[in-house]
Amino acid sequence: MIKDFFILLKQELTVTIILFILLFIKIGVKEMPARIVLNIINALLFLNLLAGFLFIRAGSLFGDMFQTSELISFEKNLLNLGTLIISLQSYHWLKNHKHALEFYMLMLSTLLGMFFMISSNNLLMLYLGLELSTIPLAALANFDLEKRRSSEAAFKMIISSAFSSGLLLFGISLVYGIHGSLNFAILAQGYSASPLGLFSFILLLAGLGFKISAVPFHLWTADVYEGAPVPVTSYLSVISKGAIFFVLVSLLYNVFGNISDTWYHMVFVLSVLTMIVGNLFALRQQNMKRFLAYSSIAQVGFILIGISGQSSAGSSSVIFFILIYLFSNLGAFGIVSLVSSVTGKEDIDDFRGFYQTNPLLSWVLAISLFSLAGIPPTAGFFGKFFLLLAGAGKGNYIWITIAALNMVLSLYYYLRVIRALFMEKQEQPIPKINAGWSPKIAMIICVGGIIVTGLFSGGYTYIHSFFIK
Amino acid sequence: MNLLLLIILPLVTALAILPLKGLKQVRMIAFIGSLAQLLLSTGLLIAYWKERSSGNMAAMLFEDHYTWYKALLINFHIGVDGISISMILLTAIVVLAGVLVSWKQEKWNKEFFFLLILLSLGAYGFFISLDLFTLFFFLELAVIPKFLLIGIWGSGKKEYSAMKLALMLMGGSALVFVGLAGIYFHTDINGQHSFDLMQIAGTRLPLEVQKIFFPFAFIGFGVFTALFPFHTWVPDGHSSAPTAASMFLAGISMKLGGYGCLRVATFLMPDAAHEYAWIIILLSTIAIIYGALATMMQTDLKYINAYSSVSHVGFVILGIGMLTKTSIAGSVMQMVSHGLITALFFAAIGMIYDRTHTRDMARLGGLLKIMPFISTVFVIAGLASLGLPGFSGFVAEMTIFMGSWQHADNLYRIATILACASIVVTAVYILRAAGKAIMGPVVNTAYESLGDARWNEKLAAGILLLGIVVIGVAPFWLSELIGPGTENLIQKIAAVVK
Repeated sequence: MIKDFFILLKQELTVTIILFILLFIKIGVKEMPARIVLNIINALLFLNLLAGFLFIRAGSLFGDMFQTSELISFEKNLLNLGTLIISLQSYHWLKNHKHALEFYMLMLSTLLGMFFMISSNNLLMLYLGLELSTIPLAALANFDLEKRRSSEAAFKMIISSAFSSGLLLFGISLVYGIHGSLNFAILAQGYSASPLGLFSFILLLAGLGFKISAVPFHLWTADVYEGAPVPVTSYLSVISKGAIFFVLVSLLYNVFGNISDTWYHMVFVLSVLTMIVGNLFALRQQNMKRFLAYSSIAQVGFILIGISGQSSAGSSSVIFFILIYLFSNLGAFGIVSLVSSVTGKEDIDDFRGFYQTNPLLSWVLAISLFSLAGIPPTAGFFGKFFLLLAGAGKGNYIWITIAALNMVLSLYYYLRVIRALFMEKQEQPIPKINAGWSPKIAMIICVGGIIVTGLFSGGYTYIHSFFIK
Repeated sequence: MNLLLLIILPLVTALAILPLKGLKQVRMIAFIGSLAQLLLSTGLLIAYWKERSSGNMAAMLFEDHYTWYKALLINFHIGVDGISISMILLTAIVVLAGVLVSWKQEKWNKEFFFLLILLSLGAYGFFISLDLFTLFFFLELAVIPKFLLIGIWGSGKKEYSAMKLALMLMGGSALVFVGLAGIYFHTDINGQHSFDLMQIAGTRLPLEVQKIFFPFAFIGFGVFTALFPFHTWVPDGHSSAPTAASMFLAGISMKLGGYGCLRVATFLMPDAAHEYAWIIILLSTIAIIYGALATMMQTDLKYINAYSSVSHVGFVILGIGMLTKTSIAGSVMQMVSHGLITALFFAAIGMIYDRTHTRDMARLGGLLKIMPFISTVFVIAGLASLGLPGFSGFVAEMTIFMGSWQHADNLYRIATILACASIVVTAVYILRAAGKAIMGPVVNTAYESLGDARWNEKLAAGILLLGIVVIGVAPFWLSELIGPGTENLIQKIAAVVK
């Protein structure tokens, strides 16, 4: 019994242990140089990632509140990988920051929250994990302590997430009112499209819609992304969004499978709105972070197409896409983060002539953007193709056509950045940046991931194998 | 013969270029690589003839299957018939010539040759694919290198043109995607969907499905091949591109579209092709006439060739729309022929522009006295383009007209007559351009000190010219080469028409 506890909870436990180690370093050790601390943390996160691949078992704990399986462990490993990449990328920013350790403590507690959320088998547990992952994030958004924009971002974030949590909680209470239970398995059997059931479902979907910033729940996104420090922005847009998508996939298929005909249409409307609004707003952005924020909103629209597909093809295409999205978006954010922390420049126009001074970094950014745009041979092409293919399986070709044309629209703004990098010139381009080894490792992981994940089918096959009974 | 070599060879060449430093090394590797491509393609041609003469009448030769995404039934299925081989040969010739004319490419030469070779990789992959997924993969693969080549090394309003080209081509491939997804989900081979071209061709999609998805696929590929009214990227894109990229764009890239229209849209959905034939013929006739008339108004040599490409590629679509065996064979021949001629034309224009730094007809003149070789090449390219017997253009266009005339229907006859009439317009603008720029007195005395073609340029022009003349003088080998392939296509169509 106690052995079960340790094995099933191992990923949560390792993160907790790292949290405590950081706490001890903070209290116990006087004045350690920032570089060493950061390297220790990166090493710990790497071990954490490795440990995730050992002793994988399925089972449930705490009176069926908590469950885990191979798929869930894999999803947690993805989040671990993303966290490691972000940590490597934020080296330059954190080495001069006074509160680097607090940054990690907050980040790891949100990660812990996401783990519990993904593993939840009960709406209450889901809510608990979600809150644990959200509240520290607001503090993280405020981590550029001197900047007013940063605190503004944090404030916006806390208000909007409090509101969305309220919606979610309301929905959960109604669900409890109908069924007398919040356990997923019980809900899955009896969930029906009764008016109250639908109403509570809509509340739940809206609550989660806020977190993935689907239109019309997206209004907080651009401001928060712009105000928060770049590593936090990338964490928000990749890790936190990815975790919610993992939950959404399992909720929609496993818990609300009974009313899938109903939610199909809701997802359709959400997806079309999200793609179009995200793309149209991204067209006009000047700030790199805002631009990536809107582009990531548009990506959400594409992911929702995959969700609408048949269960095995749909789920695996979504998880596969998130894996790719992790590499591509973090690749792009990595360069923006590096440039921002070294020179303080964040506008697209600042990147003019970047290729002349930093050819390698330019290629990394270009490859990441191509992957986000879905251009072969990058993995993004495969990810988007499979998402749309999963969606097309339902026969809704109007949706697919809208999505395909939206990909063209999105290509415009990605190419705008490419144009600035390679074709335009300015008097004083960003000088040559010495990345240092830890951001370089992050870049290698991202570019490697972008190239390998698509061209070799192993990743997809592995993910798909979870969904074939 | 392992067809994968056609992908591996450019890939290795491109990767080998990356660590090099200095123009001399880079261009030497690019030259060796593209020469090897040409040798390989010639080897493929010979191997193909051997197989055919030994009585192997399979639809596709040298087939290979590699499982790629098993869960989604996506395979890497490759194979060639005569049509693809003629396209592969065309690609190899144009790429080699393109490398040769870019011999003095100073700015960022490594990236330039890398992207150029990458483009050829996309084209080879496209022509050997027998799986719709891989076909689409290679189709899109070739878009971004074009964008970068035009935007970085181009001239004029290059950034605008590059963006326009990339967006329009991606728009085309978005439509192609919807078409392919429709085909995929409506094929039922033992209860499974399929992307496999030959498998799908073995079944017959329901007419109402074809009617929905044929326009997506045909228009999508049509954007690549300048189908009216989606041709607007052609003039800007071709004119702003650096010489080698123009050659590639007009010579090969537009043929990706024609090949796709033929091999995917028409071959897989012949019922709908028959149903919509009148629209295709209408649009292609408009493209032919409009392209020719628009060319009359141009003064920039590159714009002249670009608009005339719209007109000449219109013949390809016309031939496909007519759906007779002769006209489709003519289409394929026209693709090869136009690819060579237009590449030669662009090469000649590029050589002139390199020396005089202008492409404006009015500011040129009397070039024959200054650079006799280049001028001769220019005139020959022009004459081949207007369909002078003895060159490939005559053979191809003649075949299309003969095929088209086989239709007794009035609409088809009128379209054929109009298309024939456009040749007169072609003669007017070609002769006018040659007369103004090449003949006559020397307009600008500063040009008198300019030199003639160097060895690399002579070689490039020679290779292309050889292809044009060989097809023009001895067309039967080409028609024999593409014969079995068109036979295959036409059987599928004939089943519908009867």
